[in-house]
Amino acid sequence: MTLIKHEIKQSRVSLAVWTLSIASLLAVCVFLYPEMKGEMDSVGDMFASMGSFTEAFGMDKISFGSLLGFYAVECGNILGLGGAFFAALCAVSVISKEEKEHTAEFLLTHPVSRASILTDKLIAVILQILILNVAVYLAAVCSVAAIGEEIPWKEITLLHSAYLILQLEIAGICFGISAFLSRGSIGTGLGIAIILYFLNIIANLSDKAEFLKYITPFGYADGADIVSQVSLDLPLIALGAVYAIAGTAAGFIKYSRKDIK
Amino acid sequence: MNAVEINGLTKFYGKSRGIVDLSLTVAEGEFFGFIGPNGAGKSTTVRTLLGLIKSSGGSAKIFGTDIAEDKSKILAQTGYLPSEAVFYSGMRAGEVIKLSADLRKTNCSREAAELCERLELDTSKKIGDLSFGNRKKVAIVCALQHNPRLCILDEPTGRLDPLMQREFFEILKERNARGATVFLSSHILSEIQKNCNRAAIIREGKIIACDSVEALSKTNAKRVHIQGTADLSELSEVRDIQKTENGTSFLYGGDINNLLRVLSKHDIEDLSVSEPDLEEIFMHYYSEGGEAK
Repeated sequence: MTLIKHEIKQSRVSLAVWTLSIASLLAVCVFLYPEMKGEMDSVGDMFASMGSFTEAFGMDKISFGSLLGFYAVECGNILGLGGAFFAALCAVSVISKEEKEHTAEFLLTHPVSRASILTDKLIAVILQILILNVAVYLAAVCSVAAIGEEIPWKEITLLHSAYLILQLEIAGICFGISAFLSRGSIGTGLGIAIILYFLNIIANLSDKAEFLKYITPFGYADGADIVSQVSLDLPLIALGAVYAIAGTAAGFIKYSRKDIK
Repeated sequence: MNAVEINGLTKFYGKSRGIVDLSLTVAEGEFFGFIGPNGAGKSTTVRTLLGLIKSSGGSAKIFGTDIAEDKSKILAQTGYLPSEAVFYSGMRAGEVIKLSADLRKTNCSREAAELCERLELDTSKKIGDLSFGNRKKVAIVCALQHNPRLCILDEPTGRLDPLMQREFFEILKERNARGATVFLSSHILSEIQKNCNRAAIIREGKIIACDSVEALSKTNAKRVHIQGTADLSELSEVRDIQKTENGTSFLYGGDINNLLRVLSKHDIEDLSVSEPDLEEIFMHYYSEGGEAK
């Protein structure tokens, strides 16, 4: 408990900045919608006829002209990518920063086992992700209400849940990696988030690359799919959970026998 | 009961040597010195005892508990002062001290306040704004505030001013008098000589001598410089003779009266007798034991 509080206190500024940035970007996009709605019919046609580019962003499945279609694509880009970055950065540095900043010696010479230190750190990461997502969800719902549109509760909730699960999966994997690192974690975290994002775009582009959906969490967090089917791809999510748990477990095993520099 | 009991402890970092087959016993209540040059393996030994690194072989026990078995139990009874005191830079000194107590699940704010006062530490300052010496004081409070049975100190006085060094050793002696065991790792000989009952000398990962400080000091040679000519062949225990421009310098390990008697027979312009530096003491053990490589 002490350590969870300590962790969250340490990263409160970064959590606040990320939450505010993502929430306000999302709100700004929603506020732009009424203005764009009128012009959307022609724009929608254009977006729908850009060939493989259209497919890459899933715009063949939904109409960019409706609030839901618009929101699914915007949300995918802002919360999907932004949330993935936050989760990756937060998790990939949470263990390695102790060694990087030479505080590991202080922390690990207290009578707290390494396993319970990691458990507390993992809880702190999950709490931060939950805080960010609840705040962003509230901002999204409020801004949709503010522009006078009817709130599509089910779809919006499904979309946000999918991104929450995606962030938790990325966090689980990055948490595991963090146990192996002793410095320079930020590049690793960003790299992982970007690679996973582009794997999904490639999977959308080519049928031959569709198997990539089984690797990247963006496969089940595809706004267009979720809005058009009004459901989540549970088998893919289960697979993602396996990756996250495997990553976290590897981190625990590694850290229990790691030599601290 | 033994506070520290090390049996054939070995640590290799990949292929490079940390410590080799190191054995050592410290009884409870001792003020024990652990001395050696940089890179000899002092920190490796300490860090292995604290469970920061895993040994490659051998075993060690602290208060009868094996270090591989119950690290938390050992750490709860131990206070550790690292050579480099690094903390979370955004926190205030007082917050770090409180965090350390909370992680130990103890409330020792009174003890902490007393230590801060004696060390003249301002706990409202941010860690990032503190000088190295003041950061060291924070580390001292964190290491001692919970009244540990065993204090493990790794080069504790670096960057502390002489007044604070004196106060610090004063505190340690009080703790020692109340029954705490002190394990002091240092490369400063005088610190060990002044404070410890017993000491071990480590060189290249191996213990080359372990005895009471008195016994170790006795075998300590003196560095003698003479200006003028003297026949040293009458003296025993003379080593490392170096001819200088118009004199001689040598390490003398025998009886001082003998030295004076012999020197008085010769024409000597100037004489100085000084403590040999640490390197020379190692040479002394090196030539005598011949154990280290």
